Amino acid sequence: MDFQQPQSWLEAVQTKAAHPDAAPIQGGTDVMVELNFDHRRPDVLLDLTGVAELAEWSEDGDQVRIGAGVTYTRLIQDLGGRLPGLALASRTVGSPQIRNRGTVGGNLGTGSPAGDCHPALLAAYAVVEVESVRGTREIPVDEFFTGVKRTALEPDELIKSVLVRPPAGPQQFSKIGTRNAMVIAVAAFGLALHPDRRSVGTGIGSAAPTPRRARAAEDALAGELSAAGLWDSRADIPDRLAERFADLVGQAADPIDDVRGTAAYRRHALRVMARRALGWAWTDYQRAA
Amino acid sequence: MRITCSVNGEPREVDDVWPGESLLFVLRERMGLPGSKNACEQGECGSCSIFLDGVLVCACLVAAGQAEGRDVRTVEGLAGPEPDDLHPVQRAFVETGAVQCGFCTPGLVVATVDLLARDPDPSDAEIREALAGNVCRCTGYESILDAVRLAAARGREATA
Ligand SMILES: Cc1cc2nc3c(=O)[nH]c(=O)nc-3n(C[C@H](O)[C@H](O)[C@H](O)COP(=O)(O)OP(=O)(O)OC[C@H]3O[C@@H](n4cnc5c(N)ncnc54)[C@H](O)[C@@H]3O)c2cc1C
Ligand code: FES
Ligand code: FES
Repeated sequence: MDFQQPQSWLEAVQTKAAHPDAAPIQGGTDVMVELNFDHRRPDVLLDLTGVAELAEWSEDGDQVRIGAGVTYTRLIQDLGGRLPGLALASRTVGSPQIRNRGTVGGNLGTGSPAGDCHPALLAAYAVVEVESVRGTREIPVDEFFTGVKRTALEPDELIKSVLVRPPAGPQQFSKIGTRNAMVIAVAAFGLALHPDRRSVGTGIGSAAPTPRRARAAEDALAGELSAAGLWDSRADIPDRLAERFADLVGQAADPIDDVRGTAAYRRHALRVMARRALGWAWTDYQRAA
Repeated sequence: MRITCSVNGEPREVDDVWPGESLLFVLRERMGLPGSKNACEQGECGSCSIFLDGVLVCACLVAAGQAEGRDVRTVEGLAGPEPDDLHPVQRAFVETGAVQCGFCTPGLVVATVDLLARDPDPSDAEIREALAGNVCRCTGYESILDAVRLAAARGREATA
């Protein structure tokens, strides 16, 4: 096995072009498990931790540009105020050791339906910036996941950054697991209210072949909030509307039975999480008035 | 490949490293530092906890090549040269009986050193959160919590 350690982004992209089969590695919290257990033997390991700019985030106009190598610990420490949904999700990941090492780019690269960044990024309408020697592509995160652990990334492309607009409204994240630490989600749900656009963002985790949005639920809730003037009045959300939102989130899932839970449980859990997340978010919205 | 890095303050160099092997393997099998334990090799147990450039990580999830040029600190680097020169966290573990079989101890000691460096006065909830990535199959954790509280209290006295 060959080990490549580019020191700049340009060099990284060129190395990937020369070795499309190379496995990128950042925190290694997914890659090393596969190597240690001999589940994967790439010919080339492409270590991106020498590319300093990947580990940085910056303000870019009205967006935050998060380098693919930014760790969960930094998402929590540096961006908890600007991107609360992503920070909430990051807090639930693994353990301190895993959060110190695991990155947002690695989470996207693995593309697991259970990846905890994904519901938060979906709800926030994030965009994934990928690059190769051929050029740059900006992929809306809901088009990034194409199948179970499959992504829209081409063999010569690397994930460069994630673009997220700091929210104009509250964000929530909720995750079900067997304990408070070190759990792969049985099901997870991300919610963002976008009062500036009069829209709602959602993200479902661990309950479909890919992370996905619950679009019908988003549209129904946003439409009703507008029709009833609730964006402006900030009056309580009628129970009937919260129930309908929760039902539509449950229906948007396409879960399976597995060792972590049954499909029926996942759908039920999503309904409960959707309802609670909406309650928390709406209370935040009312308080922010 | 050849790996050159600093381990516990000393420059180290090892040859014939397979790039896909873990830093844990390099430390234990190539550098003669078996203090970091190997139990799960998948980041679940924390018994391989070390500092990489001062950051608490699982050595089993660091590719050997990723340690090139970096600063590594293992449990072996905590105590002083004399036999009784234990690190205050190690002393607290001994005194509270937080050690049974001892397999988890190096990882818990390293994780506790990290916690107390960040927060000299952690609440019980914060201790539990900080040690959530370290598994102990023997003690039931209560004596480990005692050890962390004792080390924290002494650390605060020392700086008071
Ligand atoms: C004990 C343990 C607990 C965990 N708990 C959680 C959890 O609670 N929630 C959760 O979501 N995940 C969890 N994970 C999984 C893992 O930590 C995350 O998926 C993490 O975000 C991976 O990031 P990384 O930098 O370590 O990725 P790596 O392992 O370095 O890479 C992951 C994948 O992404 C690819 N890749 C990396 N960077 C790029 C790039 N720039 N461009 C293209 N491809 C790239 C790699 O080739 C690989 O396929 C856990 C893992 C462990 C070992
Ligand atoms: S051996 Fe590294 S975490 Fe278990
Ligand atoms: S003392 Fe035996 S595993 Fe902790």
